[in-house]
Amino acid sequence: MLAYVIRRLLLLIPTAAGMVVITFSLLLLIPGDPAAVLLGQEASQADIANLRATLGLDLPWGTQLARYVGALLQGDMGRSLFQNESVSSIIGARIGATAELAVAALVIAIVIGVSLGVLAAMRQGTKVDTALMLLAQLGVSMPVYWLGILLMLAFSVKLGWLPAIGRGEPLGSAVWAALSGQPAVLADSIAHLLLPAFALGVNSAAIISRLVRTSMIEVLQEDFVRTAYAKGLRRTRVMVRHALRNALLPVISIIGLRFGLLLGGGVLTETIFGWPGLGQLTIAAISQRDLPLVQGIVLCFAMMFALVNLLVDLSYSLVDPRVRMA
Amino acid sequence: MKKLGTLRINVSLVTGLVISLSILFAALAAPLIATHGVEQMDMRNRFAGPSMEHWLGTDNFGRDLWTRLIYGARISLSIALIPVFVAAVLGTLVGLVAGYFGGWVDLLLMRVADVFLGFPALILVLAIVAVMGPGILNVSLALVVIFWTDYARVVRSSTLVLREQAYVLAARAVGASHMRILFREILPNAWGPVLVLATLGIGNAILTESALSFLGFGVPPPQPTWGWTLAYGTRFMRSEPWLAIISGLAIMVTVLGFNLLGDGLRDLLDPKGLSRGPHTRPSAKS
Repeated sequence: MLAYVIRRLLLLIPTAAGMVVITFSLLLLIPGDPAAVLLGQEASQADIANLRATLGLDLPWGTQLARYVGALLQGDMGRSLFQNESVSSIIGARIGATAELAVAALVIAIVIGVSLGVLAAMRQGTKVDTALMLLAQLGVSMPVYWLGILLMLAFSVKLGWLPAIGRGEPLGSAVWAALSGQPAVLADSIAHLLLPAFALGVNSAAIISRLVRTSMIEVLQEDFVRTAYAKGLRRTRVMVRHALRNALLPVISIIGLRFGLLLGGGVLTETIFGWPGLGQLTIAAISQRDLPLVQGIVLCFAMMFALVNLLVDLSYSLVDPRVRMA
Repeated sequence: MKKLGTLRINVSLVTGLVISLSILFAALAAPLIATHGVEQMDMRNRFAGPSMEHWLGTDNFGRDLWTRLIYGARISLSIALIPVFVAAVLGTLVGLVAGYFGGWVDLLLMRVADVFLGFPALILVLAIVAVMGPGILNVSLALVVIFWTDYARVVRSSTLVLREQAYVLAARAVGASHMRILFREILPNAWGPVLVLATLGIGNAILTESALSFLGFGVPPPQPTWGWTLAYGTRFMRSEPWLAIISGLAIMVTVLGFNLLGDGLRDLLDPKGLSRGPHTRPSAKS
């Protein structure tokens, strides 16, 4: 197991190095003089010259990259062009909200996806199965932001059940508040989280339900399931203890990939629901052409994604030892 | 049970084919089947519901929604079809070379693919469009950047299997060149999963383009892309939900059509499910 962990960690190094190069190269994609483009048409020559010096644009390409990597290794992602703050502190202030939303969406996706997938597999070939799979197809084909807005219209504007925008207390401190006798804080926090997390999670729930259905149908034909029935076990027990445990393996393997989608989709969901996370920050940074901030956010998203994939791979290898042998 | 399975495959394939062909037809025949001019405004009839005159109603400038949507299909489908085609060709070439030659070539190419796969797709697209500026070309380029890795990975895995097949070994034994083996022996047997991925990729590209437009970074107006029509619709959603609902439905039905077609093709061409392999990147779906 240790050898596998070390191998997996070593593999992360070239990937992370490649990500840094791509993030750095964003600067090179800007047509014309980046400093002039970033500052816009009203900037004076002096401002442009200043920015060129700050970003080191006069230096050769290789030296610029070396400086960028050197600074990153010291935890310095540069300074925002328009907010008088370091990129890392701006990102640090918002990363929690994004992680909270992505994890909540993932939990919703897994709960809904697994339940519907199991139900469809148990009713394979019936109308229930067809209806559920049609629902899953619709879930995959629907624009996330469209669904978000429809949900907001229905549950916030028309019914008034849930708040339309914003975030309550961070979930961690809300739980703490609830434990110290203020359950209303937790309720408010969850009420704010529900709609954006559901809108974000539906697409993944649809994919997971299709995967669970397929893998459950395969597992139900295995010998050990027949043996379990032959032993006289009840259907629910066979389904949950024998079939589902094995059918869930492929689901674990795609959770990492789904997380990338949730991080990306979060940009849309955060914009619609006014969720103060990295997604909203991305749009603001891009609109202002705040390149150091855009680079920092892109790199941060990539690192979060890589880290989650690493954790998923490691936990998968714990659950299914065959992976380590491969 | 088997019979039912076959029936379902056909239903998926046929429904998908009917939907996607109808949309392609509507896009191609737009000038013939449009009922109004694309930019023809009728300010007295803003946000009108469906009627005999305006089949799907009108938008915030009183422009006919049916006309806007079928003309928009031309742009949205080109933005989907062209990058998917380019990404499929590029990714297939990379996958063929990596799988066939193996060794350091494989290692290098696949590490590069890993790096691109390591970015959440929508974030990378946004960053590229942000620095290069919006527009059909830049949006298409960004889509190629995020899509090619899927094809590279899938074709590589098929090539790894195919290169050991007896007929490939035989071709090598009689002295066939690498080019001949790659393009005459291996490629014709590896295109099934590519076709499936490409079909599913079209839906994905449509969703990504619409998401970019929604965020304000897509193909700029006055082009009547679906993303913009929906984005405008959402601005007036509270008072006039019709526009957003219809344009969202248009996107959803189109994506559904290509997804059903892709699923049907997969069951037909790729029963082993290579194209749904664990490495396939989640869409930049939106």
